[in-house]
Amino acid sequence: MGELMLDGNAIAGLLQEVFAVEMTTAIGTCGGCGAAGPVGAVHVYRGAGIVLRCPHCNNVLAKIVKNDSQVWIDFQGIRTLEVAV
Amino acid sequence: MAGTALRGRLTWQLAELVKAVAETPRVKTIVFDVPGWPGHRAGQHVDVRLTAEDGYQAERSYSIASAPTGTRVALTVQRLEDGEVSPYLTDELRPGDTIELRGPIGGYFVWEPSEGGPLMLVAGGSGIVPLMAMIRTRAAAGDNTKTRLLYSSRSQDDVIYRDELERLSGNGLTVAHALTDSQPPGWTSYARRVDAEMLAEVSPSPAERPRFYACGPTPFVEAVAESLVRLGHDTRAIRTERFGPTGR
Amino acid sequence: MAPIVSRGFRGRRAADVDPARIPPGQYVTADFPVLSAGPTPHTALELWDFSIVGELAEPRDWTWEEFRALPSEEITRDIHCVTKWTKLDTVWRGVSVDTLLEGIETAAEFVTQYSDGGYTTNLPLGDVTGAKAWVVFAYDGQPLEPEHGGPARMLVPHHYFWKSAKWVRGLRLHSTDEPGFWETNGYHNYGDPWREQRYAGD
Repeated sequence: MGELMLDGNAIAGLLQEVFAVEMTTAIGTCGGCGAAGPVGAVHVYRGAGIVLRCPHCNNVLAKIVKNDSQVWIDFQGIRTLEVAV
Repeated sequence: MAGTALRGRLTWQLAELVKAVAETPRVKTIVFDVPGWPGHRAGQHVDVRLTAEDGYQAERSYSIASAPTGTRVALTVQRLEDGEVSPYLTDELRPGDTIELRGPIGGYFVWEPSEGGPLMLVAGGSGIVPLMAMIRTRAAAGDNTKTRLLYSSRSQDDVIYRDELERLSGNGLTVAHALTDSQPPGWTSYARRVDAEMLAEVSPSPAERPRFYACGPTPFVEAVAESLVRLGHDTRAIRTERFGPTGR
Repeated sequence: MAPIVSRGFRGRRAADVDPARIPPGQYVTADFPVLSAGPTPHTALELWDFSIVGELAEPRDWTWEEFRALPSEEITRDIHCVTKWTKLDTVWRGVSVDTLLEGIETAAEFVTQYSDGGYTTNLPLGDVTGAKAWVVFAYDGQPLEPEHGGPARMLVPHHYFWKSAKWVRGLRLHSTDEPGFWETNGYHNYGDPWREQRYAGD
């Protein structure tokens, strides 16, 4: 159902918690189709963990699992990430 | 502010409710005092965390409704029928109570007067909240950026900030309402769901290179973004924020 | 900073439940939360099939009609999600994995469930046999809705529910363990709710 899909804004707090930098303006390039765009515009799904998908090809960009003390992130679907510092 | 990163890990802080204002039968604005609040930009949100006595926790994100004003942060919350958090915030929380929140959060779905326009804001239901923060910030700065708001609600009773929007109209701001379910007698504005034709009528032309901000439930935002692209607008000029359930 | 309790907040949880039925760290819900790793697939029944592949002499395959013609049963179980909600007495209808594997000879010790949309999850083969796992097609007396995994999903209730794949299309048998979608990124490889095996290293 379309209603369940959110976007990168919904995990802005989580990403800033992990990276200590605002991440929704970071530009990611999809390892599947090569499309580039801001993290704020990626599609976000909440399953057992969080899944980020490319808004163009639906490729899994990243998976995030978090508990009180650790975060596991799989970035394999992102070819490059450009972050302002 | 482009290119300036917001630094620092977010931390949870205590926020005390100072005031609650009913906006519509289902919507309430709750105003918090957050000691040490660093200010915020229009479009940003906060994460709210509630903890029950047995340790159970629920977390939600809410857009900031207010323009930055000292340590005051206003959230406008729609009470969801089966909601776990929203009924607590709208019905249970009393002045003096505290909740935990962290923020301000966000950088993509943000607008400041210095970014210019023309600005085209498209709101579906409670999606008006971050866009109202933009309108209020613009007004507080005395900014005249050409701004249009297309705001879709179910009925006139569901229009949030109705009087204030009327008051702020002018000085370059125009507001168009679409009422999708029922309209009052004599209603002359839109009486249907937002569609490409409506967007074409209300929006600046692609040649004017407008900046779009669309916010609301996911299906609404998807339809609006798709229509705007078909009307010839640059995808990169369209910023979206989807609101949705956490998964009932 | 320890979290601050918000006066009067309870959340939407069921009370009056026998605590012995609730695994550690779980909270009982009356809802049925919908969680997903991606968009809901919509496979037409005419194109749907269920397969058993991998390390066995001959792969097996059922069309929807063939699958529905198999003996099925009603199953009532509690289910436990790693995101901390537990739902009691959920009622399903489905085909036991024992039925699907009947007569199969294999040296495989592990099984991977695979789904439309690319999701996978792994278990020891012994955890889906012996009346512990089903391929279910109905929930609460109604055909399984797409958002809950329909037309068919796995039901393996003695593990956290991420080990019950939605939109399941088959089982792959292996002699080696192949960690799946979440097991490769932080969630526990086995996932026993009673030993609170949520995360890798638990």
